[in-house]
Amino acid sequence: MNLTLKIWRQKNAKTKGKFESFKLNDISPEASFLEMLDILNQQLIDEGKEPVAFDHDCREGICGTCGLYINGRPHGPERGVTTCQLHMRKFKDGDTIVIEPWRAKAFPIVRDLVVDRSAFDLIMQAGGFVSVNTGNAPDANSSPIPKLDADRAFEAAACIGCGACVAACKNASAMLYVSAKVSHLALLPQGKVEAAERVQKMVAKMDELGFGNCTNTYACEFECPKNISVSNIARMNREFLSAKLFAEKPSPIDMGD
Amino acid sequence: MSVLDSKIPDGPISQKWTQYKADAKLVNPSNKRKLDVIIIGTGLAGASAAASLGELGYNVKVFCYQDSPRRAHSIAAQGGINAAKNYQNDGDSVYRLFYDTVKGGDYRAREGNVYRLAEVSNNIIDQCVAQGVPFAREYGGLLDNRSFGGAQVSRTFYAKGQTGQQLLLGAYSALNRQIAKGTVTVYSRRNLLDIVTIDGKARGVIIRNLVTGEIERYFGHAVVIASGGYGNVFYLSTYAMGANASPAWIAHKRGAYFGNPCYVQIHPTCMPVHGEYQSKLTLMSESLRNDGRIWVPKNKKDVERIRRKELSPNDIKEEDRDYYLERRYPAFGNLVPRDVASRAAKERTDAGYGVNDTGLAVYLDFKDVIARIGKEAVAAKYGNLFQMYEKINDENPYETPMMIYPATHYAMGGLWVDYELMTTIPGLFAAGEANFSDHGANRLGASALMQGLADGYFVLPYTLSNYLADEIRTPRMSTDLEEFVKTEQEVKDRVEKFTAIKGTESVDSFHKRLGKIMWDYCGMGRNAEGLKKALALIPELRKEFWKNVRVPGGNDYYNPEIEKAGYVADFLELGELIVRDALHREESCGGHFREEYQTEEGEALRNDNDFAYVAAWEYKGENSIPELHKETLKFEAIELKQRNYK
Repeated sequence: MNLTLKIWRQKNAKTKGKFESFKLNDISPEASFLEMLDILNQQLIDEGKEPVAFDHDCREGICGTCGLYINGRPHGPERGVTTCQLHMRKFKDGDTIVIEPWRAKAFPIVRDLVVDRSAFDLIMQAGGFVSVNTGNAPDANSSPIPKLDADRAFEAAACIGCGACVAACKNASAMLYVSAKVSHLALLPQGKVEAAERVQKMVAKMDELGFGNCTNTYACEFECPKNISVSNIARMNREFLSAKLFAEKPSPIDMGD
Repeated sequence: MSVLDSKIPDGPISQKWTQYKADAKLVNPSNKRKLDVIIIGTGLAGASAAASLGELGYNVKVFCYQDSPRRAHSIAAQGGINAAKNYQNDGDSVYRLFYDTVKGGDYRAREGNVYRLAEVSNNIIDQCVAQGVPFAREYGGLLDNRSFGGAQVSRTFYAKGQTGQQLLLGAYSALNRQIAKGTVTVYSRRNLLDIVTIDGKARGVIIRNLVTGEIERYFGHAVVIASGGYGNVFYLSTYAMGANASPAWIAHKRGAYFGNPCYVQIHPTCMPVHGEYQSKLTLMSESLRNDGRIWVPKNKKDVERIRRKELSPNDIKEEDRDYYLERRYPAFGNLVPRDVASRAAKERTDAGYGVNDTGLAVYLDFKDVIARIGKEAVAAKYGNLFQMYEKINDENPYETPMMIYPATHYAMGGLWVDYELMTTIPGLFAAGEANFSDHGANRLGASALMQGLADGYFVLPYTLSNYLADEIRTPRMSTDLEEFVKTEQEVKDRVEKFTAIKGTESVDSFHKRLGKIMWDYCGMGRNAEGLKKALALIPELRKEFWKNVRVPGGNDYYNPEIEKAGYVADFLELGELIVRDALHREESCGGHFREEYQTEEGEALRNDNDFAYVAAWEYKGENSIPELHKETLKFEAIELKQRNYK
């Protein structure tokens, strides 16, 4: 198939960007979207031009590195897939495809289609863990977990941290991401001990980093390549509220004699 | 040639690790704060090591090329992680896991290391559950298991088809906790370009910031390479696009011996190649072989009609199907180890029974299990894998059998390390897939995650402390020392050379050409004639690369072509060493199959008299032949015999 691509080009976070158009011919419908961009880049290198920078790594939909805003939708037209799993058979001969980076204040552009998502790491550092040291764990089967809870925790933990939820949201809110992380641990007995503290710290960090508010449009769930449910947001709101209501100051640590 | 000392502790196999821990030197808390550890890579081995060493109180700096430590390619591991818990009461034990791993590795692994691995496997599961890793559970709330190749017990713990992601998120969360506490600093989008040695010890690294192009220097009392394996030397593989051998290769060029480079795992169940532009081969988890049955048609005329799309595989009657693994290996059937399953697929497709238009595919069929337990139960076990297959191939595996073919998946070879995971450079350690240590000539399924986490959580905290105990009198060194300045200059020169060549051929193009040489002459089947040919072709290609590569753009901003050029330049050297190792090993074992050495039935034929050793290669300079050193493998707990899965 023959295509016209309109791709966002930007040298770095400080310079202004613009769209650039490219013609690409004879693309196989069996090629993946990123293989189509590989072909474009090979063509550009052959012409002595600089290739388009885009983020990608595992190319099997799990590392969460890739993320392109394709024809106005994060990860393109197909539901439940990442950009790297999207194939050209979803497009038609003669199509014009507009490709942009994620756009959000908290995700500054690195170059072309590459953005900086380290804000997600900072949120996790604020509390996205269980405080257990290596070698300090009881036998794995010492506390049974109802299968339903384990399955729900898994579904929340399936989030790949790609940022599509933020890109999809008109407010660039990170609520789906943060709520998936909060839910994963809050649903398990191992995570319950620190649940109240965790949700407060992660939400505070999220707000501090410039993500927007949630106004319940559910665009995030619709565009999430891993089908993370907005019910996680409701769970996080409950966790957050009860943490605030029942907040107790921890007593000072007794350091012994 | 020298004889290598692997420093295996004395005593019976089951007491070696206990004894080592009892004898290991310790570092007191106030001294730990004064000691810096550098870790390259944030996969299971790197992240778990960084978190555990941070907890102990060392100052840890960890580097990854990805934009976040959570994205290292351990994340893509699908099927599971082994442990000798014996929760299924099916006869498992530490000894049996140890035995299966040594046997699965075709008796080319070091007994002491493998026993330790089996021993700590149970602690790993405990640790992960405590971190909140959502493993699959049964209705009673206890952990579920499944079976993997090369074992007759169910010892594999899993989280649907994304066990790797869940385990890595566990290690990443432990890492985050330490970052918040200030014991660990993470540097992402950074590449290792060189290792600085001072008075023979590893003392630091030279790093390139991929976003700004700036070159940075970091000091460490010890350096750990946990940067993964080198399978991308074949270009097409199940590895991530950015996966590279450069940190290990740099270590090798600085003096670390490279162990068993010819042991590369070709995984039997991957999606077949479909076009020239293909960038990646996607794995279909080995867990599918629990229930899927592998076959090709018995009759050539059916094969031809299938290729012409006149027949669908569902039209082939049961009696006209050749379930070749079940036929050849009745005891293990579809669950033979990976090397055996891959070679059997190659045997059938070489004989002309491949089922897609390229002739390079076999079927993996779920018809029987769907009939037995229902579509819903199958979806609960493998749903996300089936979905992934359908997205890529546009075919529904619930209705039509999957088409699969072997692809490069894992490197058993890697930096040679002793029992303490230290390379031949004092103070330079290697963990996870980057080292050569535990899998012999073939790794069993669900053992990579086990080894990565064993090295990081449970081995390095002891062995690295034992090394650092002698470093407490070494103050932090300035990175303005001559050794740092000189090494940085060499690195800068190389980066500038890439952009200055201004040739006509892209980095990717060279990578593809190298991959083709490697696959054709050093893939699933190898022989002396082909290997010699590759040994002539690779240096020629390397010369051409340095004359004619085109690296567009500059080096003071985000320019992925520069990174790739570095990776491919190193692959072009490593590829030659792999071939050289394969040529020298005149036997077949595990993933290394020399066509000249096989039994009448086409099974791998080992030569224990001459080759029961680890080949550790020493770098001797750019155009010199590397020197071979041997570590003799002693089998005391297990009797050496020919593998049999029949």
